[in-house]
Amino acid sequence: MIAGQLPALVVVVPLAAAPLVVLVRRPVAAFAIATAACAFSFFAALLLAAEVAGAGPISYALGSWPPPWGIEYRVDAFNAFVLVLVSGAATVVAPYGWRAVAAEVRRDQLYLYHATFCLCVAGLLGMAITGDAFNLFVFMEIASLASYILIALGRDRRALLAAYQYLILGTIGATFYVIGVGLLYLVTGTLNIADMAARLPAVPDLRPVLAALAFVTVGVSLKLALFPLHFWLPNAYAYAPSAVSAFLSATATKVSVYVLLRFYFGVFGLPLVVETLPMPQILLALSIVAIVSASLVALWQTDLKRLFAYSSVAQIGYITLGIGMASREGLTAAVVHLFNHGVTKGALFLLVGGVALRAGGAGFASLRGLARAMPLTALGITLAGLSLIGVPGTAGFVSKWYLVIGAIEAGRWWLAALVVATSLIAVGYVWRFVEAAYLAEPGPATPARGEASPVMLAPAWLLVAACLWFGFDTSFTVTSARRAAALLLGGAP
Amino acid sequence: MSAFASHYSYWVTVFLMATGLYIVIARGNLLKKLIGLGIFQTSVYLLYIAPGKLIGGTAPIVAEGFRVYSNPLPHVLILTAIVVGVATLALGLAIVVRIREAYGSTEEDEILAADRASGGGG
Repeated sequence: MIAGQLPALVVVVPLAAAPLVVLVRRPVAAFAIATAACAFSFFAALLLAAEVAGAGPISYALGSWPPPWGIEYRVDAFNAFVLVLVSGAATVVAPYGWRAVAAEVRRDQLYLYHATFCLCVAGLLGMAITGDAFNLFVFMEIASLASYILIALGRDRRALLAAYQYLILGTIGATFYVIGVGLLYLVTGTLNIADMAARLPAVPDLRPVLAALAFVTVGVSLKLALFPLHFWLPNAYAYAPSAVSAFLSATATKVSVYVLLRFYFGVFGLPLVVETLPMPQILLALSIVAIVSASLVALWQTDLKRLFAYSSVAQIGYITLGIGMASREGLTAAVVHLFNHGVTKGALFLLVGGVALRAGGAGFASLRGLARAMPLTALGITLAGLSLIGVPGTAGFVSKWYLVIGAIEAGRWWLAALVVATSLIAVGYVWRFVEAAYLAEPGPATPARGEASPVMLAPAWLLVAACLWFGFDTSFTVTSARRAAALLLGGAP
Repeated sequence: MSAFASHYSYWVTVFLMATGLYIVIARGNLLKKLIGLGIFQTSVYLLYIAPGKLIGGTAPIVAEGFRVYSNPLPHVLILTAIVVGVATLALGLAIVVRIREAYGSTEEDEILAADRASGGGG
């Protein structure tokens, strides 16, 4: 009985946990409820993924109104994978927040952090699971509004400005998206994504459809921080509380990538996106600029959190590069990297958060000799950094491997060379950390000897272990990504 | 000319859209940016609602003597969008209040200058 309601419960539980947390208020209880809600969603997402892998897509009619009239929650091989990533990241970050956020947020406001976190999780899960284009907008705004608040909780006053800038750009992005959906609704008369895709080919006038494609592309690209629409991201990730940076970098941009893929391949369709319009070429060009420029900017950062934020822009470039190939291998690489980068960057931000808490910041001055003061943290950052570069044996290698294969299959040797060459820039910025932590003598800003609290270290190391695990055992990630790519390209699931 | 006259609601929509977006980009005052954002979002309400209305159409309640009905769905959608807009504006204003407390200004260039003066990267 309950199993049939899982698609709704996955979203409803964290959504309902938020007001419950506000009612309860006491920090310990608030923390417990939020963590339990995230864990439940993770469990439900795993069950859904298993069911989808066995029995094919699940369609859930919300309130028993049959689609396309009612809102449909549709779980298939692709978004089940995204659900697992989002709820998994939430479940890892929630316990981390117990100590980390308590140090950064006033105690009497802690319950508000937990409530907002639940809202953000519910919004992102809703974006991934819903089969209704307007419902997606509402969830997008729930997730975005919650993330503006979470970013504004940062200790530095610049967090406020970062949150404000993100609010302006995020709202413009969401509004562009809703304009695109409005145009699609006007020509098709439906909001159900599957129904929309079925009706679009019969639309006689292509012009509104092209306008809709443009609006959706720009709107979602703002949300996923595609170059040159990424300006909100570095400040937002750099000044937000570490738990928030970790969670958002692992999930928020990734869910937006999912939305872009869903619209490109699930609504507009391959012929329109690839043949009528030069979208792959545009994406390829922007991705290459994103990878090269953001990696170079990352090299010159003086703060580790900002460095990793710029590296996020570059890594998102690799994901969109895979989308731009518009081939089975390219999409597989994009979806795998979506997951692997989420895990890697989540681990990095969680570990940097531990440093920032003990040293009062993550500037390179306080990283000098870190390997002696916080050996486990330094080792974790190095290992996750290797995954960021794409060293064999780490998760990052798997994604880059498929990117290179995709490029070679398409006969684009230069692209394969570019992926390898830009990885060398990543070697550069990860090396800067290794040099400071392992080779430099401790300076006055180096924190005193002692690790971060185990409550923070354990979730972070769990993700570091995942970086390594998914580098060796690719059965879950690559199989899911292959299914997703086949689904997007309309092949057998 | 007739296309212009019969589609005037679209022209109004596009004008509001462009005005709102222009204000967001061109103004340096954080409050004025939010006002522009509000206008921009409001234009979308019009984009949805205007095509849903039929001249002479009534609310979609089946009754004797009424044959033409307006589409109720856009109205419902926009009710949700208005709530989203209000929430965004409220949160935006709250952040501006906090920024003013922290920086003593709501002008973007002054705030950025204050950040540069305190030694942070921009």
